[in-house]
Amino acid sequence: MSKAYETVIGLEVHVELATKTKIFCGCSTAFGGAPNTHTCPVCTGMPGSLPVLNKGVVEKAVAVGLATNCTITRNCKFDRKNYFYPDNPQNYQISQLYYPICRDGKVEIEAEGKKKFVRIHEIHMEEDAGKLVHDPYTDSSLVDFNRSGVPLIEIVSEPDMRSAEEVIAYLEKLRLIIQYLGASDCKLNEGSMRADVNLSVREVGSETFGTRTETKNLNSFKAIARAIENERERQIDLIESGEPVIQETRRWDDTKEYSYAMRSKEDAQDYRYFPDPDLVPIHISDEWLEEIKAAQPEFRDEKKLRYKEEYELPDYDIDIITNTKRMADLFEETIALGANPKKVSNWLMVETMRLMKEHQMDADALAFSAENFAKLIKLADDKVINGTVAKEVFEKIFTDDIDPEVYVKEHGLATVNDEGALKTACEEAIRNNPKAVEDYRGGKEKALGALVGQVMKAMKGKADPSSVNKLLKELL
Amino acid sequence: MAAIRCLRHLTREADKMNITGMTAAEIGRKIKAKEISVIEAVTACLDAIEQYDKEYNCFVTVDREGALKQAIEVQKKIDAGELTGPLAGVPIAIKDNMCQEGILTSCSSKILSDFVPTYTAEAVLKLMEAGAVIIGKTNMDEFAMGSTTETSYYGETKNPWDITKVPGGSSGGSAAAVAAEEVPCALGSDTGGSIRQPASFCGVTGIKPTYGRVSRYGLIAYGSSLDQIGPIAKDVTDCATILEAISQYDKKDSTSVNRTDNDFTTALVDDVKGMKIGLPRDYFTEGLDSEIKDAVYKAAEVLKSKGAIVEEFDLGMVEYAIPAYYIIASAEASSNLERFDGVKYGYRTEQYTDLHNMYKKSRSEGFGAEVKRRIMLGSFVLSSGYYDAYYVKALKVKALIKQAYDKAFEKYDVIMGPVAPTTALDMGASLSDPIKMYLGDVYTVPVNLAGLPGISLPCGYDSDGMPIGLQMVGDAFHEKTIIRAAYAFEQTKEYKRPAGVSERGL
Repeated sequence: MSKAYETVIGLEVHVELATKTKIFCGCSTAFGGAPNTHTCPVCTGMPGSLPVLNKGVVEKAVAVGLATNCTITRNCKFDRKNYFYPDNPQNYQISQLYYPICRDGKVEIEAEGKKKFVRIHEIHMEEDAGKLVHDPYTDSSLVDFNRSGVPLIEIVSEPDMRSAEEVIAYLEKLRLIIQYLGASDCKLNEGSMRADVNLSVREVGSETFGTRTETKNLNSFKAIARAIENERERQIDLIESGEPVIQETRRWDDTKEYSYAMRSKEDAQDYRYFPDPDLVPIHISDEWLEEIKAAQPEFRDEKKLRYKEEYELPDYDIDIITNTKRMADLFEETIALGANPKKVSNWLMVETMRLMKEHQMDADALAFSAENFAKLIKLADDKVINGTVAKEVFEKIFTDDIDPEVYVKEHGLATVNDEGALKTACEEAIRNNPKAVEDYRGGKEKALGALVGQVMKAMKGKADPSSVNKLLKELL
Repeated sequence: MAAIRCLRHLTREADKMNITGMTAAEIGRKIKAKEISVIEAVTACLDAIEQYDKEYNCFVTVDREGALKQAIEVQKKIDAGELTGPLAGVPIAIKDNMCQEGILTSCSSKILSDFVPTYTAEAVLKLMEAGAVIIGKTNMDEFAMGSTTETSYYGETKNPWDITKVPGGSSGGSAAAVAAEEVPCALGSDTGGSIRQPASFCGVTGIKPTYGRVSRYGLIAYGSSLDQIGPIAKDVTDCATILEAISQYDKKDSTSVNRTDNDFTTALVDDVKGMKIGLPRDYFTEGLDSEIKDAVYKAAEVLKSKGAIVEEFDLGMVEYAIPAYYIIASAEASSNLERFDGVKYGYRTEQYTDLHNMYKKSRSEGFGAEVKRRIMLGSFVLSSGYYDAYYVKALKVKALIKQAYDKAFEKYDVIMGPVAPTTALDMGASLSDPIKMYLGDVYTVPVNLAGLPGISLPCGYDSDGMPIGLQMVGDAFHEKTIIRAAYAFEQTKEYKRPAGVSERGL
């Protein structure tokens, strides 16, 4: 490569909003469900049916707009995007072209040690399409409209990113903001967050943009990073060999690590956008906007500062805890139940992280309750159970969210505080291990450990090791 | 069925009454007074349809079984005192673009010739709640596109005044069914005159309400920003009564408006003293049939004699209404009709090679010529590069037309004029010259563009004996004003039946 190239990237990010009902009807947005069970005349495009806007969608879209420093369009409208495809029951998608709900925002990202802003061109609301399922037996396609009408926002960035790292940092930032808002769970693998990458390359120092392509079907951060590298190389190769880059939409195949052209600009459809006459313009009043503002949660950056000040946690812990709303919520809920912040943090850092790794799961999937978590910490604090037992019980909480109090009682795991039994066990250990006794008395502190082990074994693990230690020392 | 036969037998006396000759209100009163039963009223209509509709072809579907079943239910509720309204037990027909659960709703199109909705349109539900009995679905221009009811997949409807003439359209089946006394009343829909013009051609009365007054939920859309459902009946009283029953805010229709003034029957008062009526000079120009012009002026004189103040004025914008209407309505239609693709319901072509071939063939075979013409026109005016020049400009014209009316209503209570430039045309005359047909909508489309209420009622007859309609337009949500004016005018006239109808049984 003789010249130095710069990659220019802009993203179109679709996010499914976590409203209970769809954007234009009362059907459930729940994921899954037997095909075509979450449907009605509206979301299946039956003749004569009419859309009615779900206000919750507007509120969530505005909340995301505010959190990304956008200007809110106080009088916005929906437009119809006309195109024929069987997953789209009306053969037009209700979207926003002329007056999107949010405009001109920006978010700060940090990548490769540098901070920068990525500008947001607009955020608009639209409806999702249904799902096509191919039936190989009849060689036909079937349509499931359960997803049809699930609310989406599309966040369109300016071409401000220059590397895969920046793209990932931007997506992470959006994901966190949106998760903190409770506006979506933002799962790339389940499709509740989808990113299309617009990419072009140009010689370093050039002011004009190169011809861009749009890459779709990116289902993980890894796929996005790989697709960016791949597309950058492909375009540079074309330029170096004197061939033009064609403006087109490409589809990424993650298993083959390769993208192929879906359609070029020439066969781009004319969507014949026009204002949807079935919907009235949306006016966002001062009062409404204030209400949405007032309901904005504490975002990650604010949380980080507060955790440091209030709980004096190490930066590393704070980073991990606030990296998902789920863990931050769990942390705060457990503290609210009276648990010590540092202890909660330790349990999250050590045992929780270990088990998450073991189960190969994300923090978002943590399913145990703060109640049971707090109870466990209290049982350990009160020395009702010892450390080993506590870890064992925590595993059960982690997997099945059991009530530790009930579990400890049912399984007889409480530390035995019967001094007589403990003394008998210690005396027995001393009697049966003359070698260790001799070593200890000879000055080998370590030898005591073997004796403690024997006692714990005799007590079936239900003794408090520090008490055993103390008692043995006395007896010796 | 045994119960039905028995009832029929017991009330032979009632058979002698000419039920189909009555108005809806009269039938309602007689049912309430137990002079006739609901079954008798319904049976009278079903029999009349069976006997006469072969000639007129007003109906796409006659739901004999369903109507009789409804009649029994309604009678029970009337007897139990649960239904006491004026429409309880009254038979009514519905234009075939309003969904009715379990009943073919075809829009008179091949593409929906097997479409049976899973739900019922809000306006139809309101009628059912009022105790009206749905007799069947009436013929129309395909997807309500047309002014003659000749573009129906189910064949044209004929004008009961002269079967060589069209009944008007697109609610031609509804208007003709009322004129032919197959039913006392019907629902129509009006996007550019589709209630008022056929009412005028068939010598009956029809109201196009203010946009937003009646829920559009379940009305298969043509031009969504213009469509309104309204009544067609033999007099103003019936129209007001039906409109009262179907007008209500509906949260399922975002364009529905929450009003508290739906008590239209309170406006049935024979008093126009001091009412200011404006006649737009620009309506009485070249192209208007002189007999119609005379009849409308005569009507103005009648109202003047009853104490109204009648003046001529310049409305303006009249020549821009037709192009603006055909751009806006066609643009919306091109999008509204995209869902008819052979995938989910309706007609699908028998043989196809792939998805796009299936779309193409299903739609090519399923839609008629007029619908295709408007889809093409609408797609064109929305296409990139033409959108601003046509669609956006048409919306500006629409706003200017509304302004022209707003200005007029600062001065007048009612704007009065003809409904159409001619009386009913000969069958086939419009099919060869669609532009001429479009121009026939000149007096009705501005009212839709401005979203205003309009009423059409008979005011005379031309030298061939064909009915002439009078149109009264009110300010937004001032239906009561035009109902009052129309009612007062109607009191000076006798209801006239087509010869073929009045000679029945003679």
